[in-house]
Amino acid sequence: MVKEPVAVKLCLVVDDSRVVRKVARRILEDLGFEVAEAGDGVEALAWVRTAMPDVVLLDWHMPVMNGLEFLRRLRQEPGGAAPKVVFCSVENDLDRIREALDEGADEYIMKPFDGDIVASKLALAGAL
Amino acid sequence: MTPPDRELIARLCAERAGLRVDPDKAYLLENRLAPVARREGFASVHEFICAVRDRDEERLIWAAVEAMSPSESAFFREPATLERIVGDLLPELARRGEPLRLWVAACGTGQEVYSLAMALEEAAAAGVPLEILASDLCERRLEKAQAGVYSQFEVQRGLSARRLVRHFEGLEDGFALSPRVRQMVRWRRVNLMDDTSRLGKFDLVLCRNLMGYLAPQARTRVMANLESALNGGGWLVLGAAEAAEGLSAGSGPPGFHSRAALAQAAA
Repeated sequence: MVKEPVAVKLCLVVDDSRVVRKVARRILEDLGFEVAEAGDGVEALAWVRTAMPDVVLLDWHMPVMNGLEFLRRLRQEPGGAAPKVVFCSVENDLDRIREALDEGADEYIMKPFDGDIVASKLALAGAL
Repeated sequence: MTPPDRELIARLCAERAGLRVDPDKAYLLENRLAPVARREGFASVHEFICAVRDRDEERLIWAAVEAMSPSESAFFREPATLERIVGDLLPELARRGEPLRLWVAACGTGQEVYSLAMALEEAAAAGVPLEILASDLCERRLEKAQAGVYSQFEVQRGLSARRLVRHFEGLEDGFALSPRVRQMVRWRRVNLMDDTSRLGKFDLVLCRNLMGYLAPQARTRVMANLESALNGGGWLVLGAAEAAEGLSAGSGPPGFHSRAALAQAAA
């Protein structure tokens, strides 16, 4: 179930694993997104200050700045309330998922993921 | 698996459950029947089908037929349909002030009926007692549905994270639906080709995305059964892309058919 976005949207993939970023990039490009990558929260913050993305696919556990801290800081940036943030993490404890949602995440993907799950979650987040 | 093997399975599916199975789709038959053959202790699907043919045992025949029945299931598939049911249709039906009976026919592994139950629990809007019956042809799917335990993969298809944390509990290997939602549903094995009058009458019958898997004659019979299960003011809801026989697609919201419109079409 692949839906074409009306206009090209920018998705920032934030994950310390190059493999995950590569897999996510392929799925997101198939869904019609333009994709940018960052390896941790600090890099991601620098990115959003340059060009605020429409969607952020965000890992939780990363060196330097983790996903939750990045999310808090993103929401305080000018225009930072707008991007749809979808966590994408091996963390599958429901209390942690609730915590991410309470901090302002729009959706949550538990790794491992495939194209159907990403499409389903982006649709639920209102990002497709 | 030989061509006669595949033809036998296709014939049994048509005879027992009205299912349209293409005997040329060897991969589909192999995929669906291999787990059954393993479970029953056969070395191959061919051996299993030989036993089905030679032993003429009802249990084996049904194991094959059930495995071939449609199994595709996801949470909150066609969400607009559920929103319409919970937001408009049921409050309207509830105005009569009488208890409502709902039937989800061909419920598979339960995702659809639980989606309805979750949406109803969230809305808490009906204001009258609700009874939800879910049925399927396949005993094993019903067992899974009744347990209400789903894998990480399954809970990520159509189910929002907010609903996951609201309605599920984490297990070591999967997620269990809360007893609060599970207790809203009763379960029963039903072959929609049989006489279903013993189930009583319903205000709403959902049977989405099954018709396409049925042979034309079976479709007519199943439609007649579903229609006769409706109360006077009841509604039949099919898949959004499925139109009831004889009804124009524009007769109402996609997939929704009132008892009155069905009766008019049949006249």
